[in-house]
Amino acid sequence: MQLGRIRGSIVATRKLDRLSGVRLVMMEPLDSELRVTGPPVAAIDVVHARLNDVVYWVGSREAAFAIPEPHAAVDVAIVGIVDSVNILPDRNSSFRKVTK
Amino acid sequence: MTIGRVVGNIVSTIKHPAYNRTKLLLVQPLNMDGEPDGATMVAVDTVGAGSGELVLVCKEGSAARMVLGLPNPPVRSLIIGIIDEVKLAEGISLKG
Repeated sequence: MQLGRIRGSIVATRKLDRLSGVRLVMMEPLDSELRVTGPPVAAIDVVHARLNDVVYWVGSREAAFAIPEPHAAVDVAIVGIVDSVNILPDRNSSFRKVTK
Repeated sequence: MTIGRVVGNIVSTIKHPAYNRTKLLLVQPLNMDGEPDGATMVAVDTVGAGSGELVLVCKEGSAARMVLGLPNPPVRSLIIGIIDEVKLAEGISLKG
C-alpha cells in the first residue's frame, strides 16, 4: 500500500457491469513527505474521499477485494483517508506531523 | 518479502472495514547497504513494531488473508517481523 492524493473524479457511463455504482477517481501517488512519486492513475474509491484528500491505496489483485463484486477488473483501490502522518525524519529526532 | 525501516505512522478514521483495529505504519524499504530504496509504503503492523525499527515486510495478499483472518481483505503489505540483525558477507551487518 502507498499514500496518494485525490486529483479529480472520473465519470464513465459505459463500463463493465461489475464496476457499476463504483466511484472512480484520479489519484497521484505520494511518498511519506507527501511529494508526488509518479504519474496520476485511475482508481476506485470505496471511502468517498474528496478532492485533494490524502489517502492510502492498494494495488494489484488485492485492489479488487475492496468491492464486494468478485473478480472485478480493478488494479488500484483507495481504501482509507489519512487524517495525519507522523514522521520520524531520522532515528534520533522526535516525531513531526505532516498534515494535508 | 523485503526489509525496511519504520519511519512513521498514519492516523486514519475513514477506511475500508478490513482495516478496522489495525495499526498502519510507514515503512521505508532498504537495500543491502541499509540505504533507502524506493518509495515509502504503508503497511499493516501485526507484530507491534515501533518507530525506527528494522522490520520484515511481506507484500502478498494471501499472507494478509491468513493473518487478518478475513476472506479477501484489500490489504497487501504486512509487517510480519522485527529484525534484530541482518548479517551479510564480509562481516557487514544491519542492526535493528
